[in-house]
Amino acid sequence: MVDGVIEIIVSRINYWVYIALMMIGLYGIIIKNNIMKKIIGLSILQTAVILFFVSIGAKMNATIPIIDHPNASAHTAISATHFINPLPHVLMLTAIVVAVATLGVALSMIIKIYREYNTLEEDEILPQLREDK
Amino acid sequence: MNWQIELIILAIVIICGISALSVKDLLSAAILFGAYSFMMCLLWAIMGAVDVAFTEASVGAGVSTVLFVAAVYQTSRRTKD
Amino acid sequence: MLTVFLGGLLIYGSFDFPLWGDPAAPASIHVSPYYIENTLKDTSVPNIVTAVLADYRGYDTMFETVVIFAAGIACLFLLRTYKTVEPDIQLYRHIPTGITLRIEKGGKFPADSRYFERLDSAWVPYGLIVKTTCRLVIPFIQIFALYVIAHGHYSPGGGFQGGVIMGASLVLFAIAFDLRSAIRRMGERVIMLLATLGVGIYAGFGILSMLLEKNYLDYSVLANLFAFDPASAHSHGILIVEIGVGIVVMAVMVLLYYILASAGKNDEGL
Repeated sequence: MVDGVIEIIVSRINYWVYIALMMIGLYGIIIKNNIMKKIIGLSILQTAVILFFVSIGAKMNATIPIIDHPNASAHTAISATHFINPLPHVLMLTAIVVAVATLGVALSMIIKIYREYNTLEEDEILPQLREDK
Repeated sequence: MNWQIELIILAIVIICGISALSVKDLLSAAILFGAYSFMMCLLWAIMGAVDVAFTEASVGAGVSTVLFVAAVYQTSRRTKD
Repeated sequence: MLTVFLGGLLIYGSFDFPLWGDPAAPASIHVSPYYIENTLKDTSVPNIVTAVLADYRGYDTMFETVVIFAAGIACLFLLRTYKTVEPDIQLYRHIPTGITLRIEKGGKFPADSRYFERLDSAWVPYGLIVKTTCRLVIPFIQIFALYVIAHGHYSPGGGFQGGVIMGASLVLFAIAFDLRSAIRRMGERVIMLLATLGVGIYAGFGILSMLLEKNYLDYSVLANLFAFDPASAHSHGILIVEIGVGIVVMAVMVLLYYILASAGKNDEGL
């Protein structure tokens, strides 16, 4: 019984660490009052999700997805179990690009908010918003 | 040998992530975020995703940290929480 | 509380996951063996990730390029202001001796004199070490960025990584010297023209292949035009598309830095 539990914990601990990282990012978005901290939490969540996806494509005893010696390999067969799965890498490249683009737009929005309310703390901005209405 | 390195880097990643959210100085948070991003790049290089690691090294530790520091320069640097 | 609950839910879901690094996992069985085995035969590009990104899934990459371009335009709309009001206090530095002048409001100054350079409002010291080092290092960074773009077929890299490194070299120039000299070298209009040129290369290549009676973004039109064999046609098509991506990414990174460092006014900054 104890062996079974320990085996389950040891074989899945990677996924639990990635889930913990995602929860740290989510905690930063929901609970922190400062808007810059919220954006840092958003970015942590994004990179943690990308890490999770890339870890799905890993294989044991397999090499990186670049075919070495392309002239010789045209004659030998390329077996699919020899290379790790390249499909999550492709999707995650697009994800990193989109992450940096949204970071740029979010930071410009922060500068505009600071110009309007002269503070970045949310518990000082919300009363000003209510009395502006 | 492989899983020991991965465990140590995962621990550093979690510590960087938690401390980037708790320090009171926004400039230190930006630099800690740069360190977090670079540790992620190392993790992906260990797992064999070399293209993703290259992209994250150039984007996260290069451009993203500079944009954060530029935004902190235009707004305030101290924070209450 | 919510985060603990969500974490618990995800951990419960993780019990169904396959083991770490299992070759028989469902993610590795359905589509990717086709990509791994047929990349060299179809495209003659050894880097499987670049081939899938630019050839098999080229439509996605085109929209990713459009998203980067849209983010640059969005930043421009949010922050850019055009009314230039000269600040009250202007600072000038005499280059041969290093003396700093301070001109109050209402004072006159010959605007284009060779011996004086304009400083930012927050007084910056004359950093000789940083300027000399950056002047030496920046050309090598740019050559490395071009190498990464061109060598994306055989090593990790490709259009996007090379474009970011090139943009980072221009941002380094803007940090080491001041923002005014960077804008004088690589002005705002040139950056925006480069961004549209990059998107135009990518989308225009697709339209070109549609004009020649094939599908959108079909690379085998190059085999008909220039008498390549089909595998090399795919390889050259991937190269053209990567150059387009690299140009857009470089322009948008520099544009984002210009706008964020000066909060829209593009005259002084970090």
